[in-house]
Amino acid sequence: MKVLVAVKRVIDYNVKVRVKSDKTDVDLANVKMALNPFCEIAVEEAVRLKEAGTATEVVVVSIGSKPCQEQLRTALALGADRAIQVDAQDQLDSLSVARILQKVAEEESADLILLGKQAIDSDNNQTGQMLAALMDRPQATFASEVVVEGESLKVTREIDGGLQTLSLKLPAVVTTDLRLNEPRYASLPNIMKAKKKPLDVKTPDELGAQLSAGAELLSVEPPAERQAGIKVGSVEELVDKLRNEAKVVA
Amino acid sequence: MAILVIAEHDNSTLKGATLNAVTAASQIGGELHLLVAGEGCGAAAEAAAQVAGVSKVLVADNAAYAHQLAENLSKLVAELGKDYSHVIAPATTTGKNVMPRVAALLDVAQLSDITAVESDNTFQRPIYAGNAIATVESLDPIKVITVRGTAFDAAAETGGSASVEAVAAVHDAGISAFVGEEVAQSDRPELTSAKVVVSGGRGMGNGENFAILEKLADKLGAAVGASRAAVDAGFVPNDMQVGQTGKIVAPELYIAVGISGAIQHLAGMKDSKVIVAINKDEEAPIFQVADYSLVADLFEAVPELDAKL
Repeated sequence: MKVLVAVKRVIDYNVKVRVKSDKTDVDLANVKMALNPFCEIAVEEAVRLKEAGTATEVVVVSIGSKPCQEQLRTALALGADRAIQVDAQDQLDSLSVARILQKVAEEESADLILLGKQAIDSDNNQTGQMLAALMDRPQATFASEVVVEGESLKVTREIDGGLQTLSLKLPAVVTTDLRLNEPRYASLPNIMKAKKKPLDVKTPDELGAQLSAGAELLSVEPPAERQAGIKVGSVEELVDKLRNEAKVVA
Repeated sequence: MAILVIAEHDNSTLKGATLNAVTAASQIGGELHLLVAGEGCGAAAEAAAQVAGVSKVLVADNAAYAHQLAENLSKLVAELGKDYSHVIAPATTTGKNVMPRVAALLDVAQLSDITAVESDNTFQRPIYAGNAIATVESLDPIKVITVRGTAFDAAAETGGSASVEAVAAVHDAGISAFVGEEVAQSDRPELTSAKVVVSGGRGMGNGENFAILEKLADKLGAAVGASRAAVDAGFVPNDMQVGQTGKIVAPELYIAVGISGAIQHLAGMKDSKVIVAINKDEEAPIFQVADYSLVADLFEAVPELDAKL
């Protein structure tokens, strides 16, 4: 079984973002970038499937400008076999990304496509679902457990009320939730080996993928600041404030 | 043009988030239709017809829609959606699961988790874990949108008198199947719609200690939430997680106990009206957003708070 994993280069999750003064976007200049945490979990899951003998090859793909090759190398160091960079502008919309991934998945004839459930920058939570729709394949989003059973896949999903288990016919698209696994760290020897693994560069045109532009970003602003609060000295004072000042408890 | 809102329901009652989505839809303006798709969902459809502002309820009652499988439901919604200017769903796990698929089938973009309606084609939504607010204009003929429930008031559950119409279309893709479900049981109010939320973090130490929060919550009629640290440590189940990757809440009162206040957690609760933080670490980032901060050992402060309320 061949597994394709889509990964995204995003701002490091610990960084506090700043909005540009002209309000066109957030400021990404000189900011630490990293592999999107949900994508890291997707790579880990694919590598575990390979270690279990279920997957024969793990291919990682990222769509973006040249720096995203760093994140592809990270994925290779974590255990992926080879990488594809689709050279395009960063921050493409989800539908464009899904269209490109569709072409890559078809070219690679992947049996399982793993993605993170959302990127922590755009917070869209769309790409996996769109890809599944374009390919007319089943999807399991927010996966916390994935079991391959012959020609089908049993996936446990995190839903609002608890957990739900689905059975999907392969090929299928799965998006990962945080609880799916704990990603490993790349060892230095593996980082060195990753430099020798193949990394192909393609363009959306070569793949025959049409980009879309369904929405336009008009402005980006910082959220309303919360008023600085006060420090109370005792539980008694806290209860008094909640009753008489904030009036939120009876 | 009319707006189609996808109702979230359990076949017998509407889920609260549907009512918030109806309010968002009514701010866009236009005739409002509600789709109730499920199996044996007559009661939910009756409830939907009562919602203020809704003029028509479409009912797709078929085994294919029993568990809202994305593969089947998205085909139905995309087929119906062609005749609407907007297709809207609450940004619950069901809405997030189905709507991008609908958008792709309609060949349009999707706007996730909108928090404000500026006009019929311009909306606000949070990005970067709520640390920036983007204003986005949709250029597509059909706007596919999910709505952040906590950003809109709930529409009135009564006062409407919508007509009810059956939808015959059956889409059974046959590529996915429901196997089972494990629903967490709780007598407390639902986390996302509770007026008061009491949340615990890593500072709780273990799952048993959550009992003191539950006691406090019962006194306040509150829901109990948790930070990711508490969930990952196995203290509580993950459907209690508040944050960017969990549930988004905006109650009247949010009490954060033993929670440091990572960006990820703040994304899920910083729109609460009043925030109280109880933490023994004076430097905890949660104190920067809290209206009332108490630096204290939670194992002393929480029982004392419980006793004094």
